[in-house]
Amino acid sequence: MTTLTKKGGRKGEEGITWDVFAQGLWRDNPVLVMLLGLCPVLAVSNSAVNALAMGLATTFVLVSSGALVSLLRHLIPKQVRIATYIVIIATFVTIVDYLIQAISLDLYNALGAFIQLIVVNCIILGRAEAYASRNTLGRAVVNATGMGIGFTLALLALGSIREILGAGSLFGIDLFGKGFEPWVVMIMPPGGFIVLSLLLVAFNWVNQRLDRRVEQSEGCGHGS
Amino acid sequence: MSGSHEIRHAPKTSPWPLIATLGGVAMLSGLLVVAVYQFTKPIIAENQRQAVARAIGRVIPGAVTNRAFRLENGRLVPAGPKARGEVIHAGYDAQGRLLGIAAKAGAQGYADMIHMLYGYDPVSQRILGFEVLKMAETPGLGDKITTDEDFLANFPLDATVENGKLKHEIVTVKHGRKRNPWEIDAISGATISSRAVGKALNASAQRLLPIIRSQLDVLRRNGPGTGGEQR
Repeated sequence: MTTLTKKGGRKGEEGITWDVFAQGLWRDNPVLVMLLGLCPVLAVSNSAVNALAMGLATTFVLVSSGALVSLLRHLIPKQVRIATYIVIIATFVTIVDYLIQAISLDLYNALGAFIQLIVVNCIILGRAEAYASRNTLGRAVVNATGMGIGFTLALLALGSIREILGAGSLFGIDLFGKGFEPWVVMIMPPGGFIVLSLLLVAFNWVNQRLDRRVEQSEGCGHGS
Repeated sequence: MSGSHEIRHAPKTSPWPLIATLGGVAMLSGLLVVAVYQFTKPIIAENQRQAVARAIGRVIPGAVTNRAFRLENGRLVPAGPKARGEVIHAGYDAQGRLLGIAAKAGAQGYADMIHMLYGYDPVSQRILGFEVLKMAETPGLGDKITTDEDFLANFPLDATVENGKLKHEIVTVKHGRKRNPWEIDAISGATISSRAVGKALNASAQRLLPIIRSQLDVLRRNGPGTGGEQR
């Protein structure tokens, strides 16, 4: 069954636009706007490497599961759709689990149980249900890639700030020498909450300024 | 028909398409997982072998080859690289001389079990150092057991065997109170993790070192060149 959009086209069959990709980067960023998947965000963002690895692993699962869900969207009955999506997501999480073990055991140990827990990350099931199951393969993949990059960038920002303040290094490279006294709390769980809250404040402040600027320019446009 | 109040029931769905969908997707998932598992299995096994070999190289300085021995009823038996059960690794230099033994130890730390590999020199009867294989200690506090220079300076640690047991129990003492070579000076602020290192080493050394000391000839006789060594 296909639904018709207001414009008369079939839903999910519009073209691939920049907005489809950029949605997850800023306007609907999974971490900074939708506040989804915060458990791994807080837990593994104690270093930039961990944050980047978790971001890329989640992006891989997002894109792969989005692609498969989109491909099978006309075949999956709505009664079993959630169960089917979970099976598909769990498959790609298992695959990423093996791949990380093959790439680096140290990284695998550092990420701990959070790789397996990608399966219950709300972003992935949310995208499968709200987007991939209603859109073409191309749009689903592009949107999931944007969401994945948005998630990775937010996680990387958090991980970098926490590592610089809490360990005096970035990607394991010492930045300040031996004289630096690390602010240890930053790489512990409370540090995750503190840095995330400050990031959210900064993000919302920038967004409000941007909105105000748009309103002012629109106001000037109407006045002229 | 206008005016009629028919209750519209949802059409009954046959369960077979649902079962077929779930079954088909599960089969596809199974195939994908098995394919990736088969592809990554040898790579992961090689990574694990290298991780253990690296750890052995670090706890037995100078070792270029190692060989696994399995503990069976109080006796050391040469074992293959995939040996299960309680296994120790003997490290040898390029000439095949026994340099030391690497054994696993573990104890409850602050967050979870700390699993480690420690090196033992049977000639000087000292524990040379340790390498953490797995831990979940607090970053910046408990995990200092692997980086704190003062803590690592506790090694080599006296582990003399006398009358079938350690002459002195390995104990962790409060920071700054170490007086003897068998004591471990704790890290200030990471006492629980430091104690776990002491407990793990003491428990393993009490049990294994007397056996190793009594069967050094087995380790020397079965060195490199007799087959089964791992580089």
